[in-house]
Amino acid sequence: MNLKKSILVSVVGAMALLGGQAAVAEELRIGVEGAYPPFSKKEADGTLSGFDIDIALALCAQLERECELVEQEWDGMIPALIGKKYDAIVASMSITEDRKKQVDFSEKYYQTPSRFVAKEGAEFELTAEGTKDVKIGVLRGTTLQCHVEKVYPDADLRLYNTQEDVFADLVAGRLDMQLNNTLQAIDGFLNTPQGEGFAFLGQNVDDPECLGEGTGIAVRKGDPLAGELSAAIEAIRADGTYQAINDKYFDVDIYGE
Amino acid sequence: MENERSFLEYLQHVSENVSPINFVLIYDNIGRFFEGALVTLQLTFLALLVGGLIAVPLAIARAYRKPYLSPAIRLYTYVFCGTPLLVQVYLFYFGLGQFEAVRESFLWDPILSSPWWCVMIAFTLNTAAYTTEFLRGAIETTPHGEVEAAKACGMSPTTRMRLVVLPNAFRRALPAYSNEVIFTLHGSVIASTVTLQDLLGVGRWLNGRYYLAYEGFLTAMVFYMAIVFLISIAFKMAEKRFLRHLRPREGSNLAKAQAAL
Repeated sequence: MNLKKSILVSVVGAMALLGGQAAVAEELRIGVEGAYPPFSKKEADGTLSGFDIDIALALCAQLERECELVEQEWDGMIPALIGKKYDAIVASMSITEDRKKQVDFSEKYYQTPSRFVAKEGAEFELTAEGTKDVKIGVLRGTTLQCHVEKVYPDADLRLYNTQEDVFADLVAGRLDMQLNNTLQAIDGFLNTPQGEGFAFLGQNVDDPECLGEGTGIAVRKGDPLAGELSAAIEAIRADGTYQAINDKYFDVDIYGE
Repeated sequence: MENERSFLEYLQHVSENVSPINFVLIYDNIGRFFEGALVTLQLTFLALLVGGLIAVPLAIARAYRKPYLSPAIRLYTYVFCGTPLLVQVYLFYFGLGQFEAVRESFLWDPILSSPWWCVMIAFTLNTAAYTTEFLRGAIETTPHGEVEAAKACGMSPTTRMRLVVLPNAFRRALPAYSNEVIFTLHGSVIASTVTLQDLLGVGRWLNGRYYLAYEGFLTAMVFYMAIVFLISIAFKMAEKRFLRHLRPREGSNLAKAQAAL
């Protein structure tokens, strides 16, 4: 009992500390990733670029607020938001029921499907039995982890810190297949020299419960920023800014229906 | 059964109303944490065992300054003690996997393709390097008198090593070794960066699965603390047993003075 109490006290104390720090800053701080091309990636000189980054900057311009991009590894994304390391997440985060328990979302800013990638000609049956002991790699803490654990419980699921590590192990042969966003798979892997000899496997994943309905911007629970961001998304959709960014990276309109 | 249900209800109540931590999720997944603890213990103690066995001959070669051998071992320990364990694990895991030749060699399929083996090799070489150096120190500080006495008794160099030098060097190294064991345990968290589900891996899995910040890490922390607690007790007992001759005798003035402190 005592131990439990003291743990509680220390955690609450740590939260208060973090909160105190954040209250001082006035500019809008946006959490981004950086290892998920073409949505976000790091240039050789250390600057960030990509679709998510451009969208974040466009939204800041629309809201007329100073912005600071804060880099964060994927599996700490939501905890860092709750811990007030930044105020919003623009990092290709799908809007799901599980996540809504922790954070609020803006309206979606794009929606694209996910699909498996494996060696060209690989024959895996995408069923619970067909994937028994098949080595499947996904990014830790994604909607895809939720999907694979739910639909393919007997698969040998391996969780990675970055999507780049997933591809590295797919090439090295430590994985039989991997699952992620189709556009990211095409531009970040299949169209690169590394991805030669690999191809999509099966159909687009259909699992709204795990995969959610589109990609939104996460903010802390109850933060009115969600509404402001939704309005800003609508505004940049209307004035053509969104289209320009979209065309910079993709041949198709990724906003979806 | 009745009892268990009310306990769960209590947890649910605490999690929803009192604490910022969701104890129900921890309770539901506690089995995974035990599995993770098993992986952590396995990695740590296998690496320590094999690393320790490698370290003994290397330390002897270093302490007696065997030509060629000693500088080569020094280079090895310098590299492994002088670089971060994370870099070493990445080198074995991602580094070797880059080379076509490695991927097609006989070593790839059972060993280097598996994260467990890559981590195991890196951990073993790392702990062997550290152990070699402080064991060398312990051998070098063997009092001359002990060696001379052993010679006077007519012991051959091997017997001397086996019965006098090594046992006493182990005794002198024992307190330092408890640190090495705990450092290796702490270092084992690196396994989770290359997909292994060790204790930290399970903690990160839980956080990732339910988008939490504290629950997974706190539970892993409690497990690590429990393991370290058991390790320190084991070493206290070992020191009591093997370093008995260094303690003041009961009833002596020194013992009384220490007791008074």
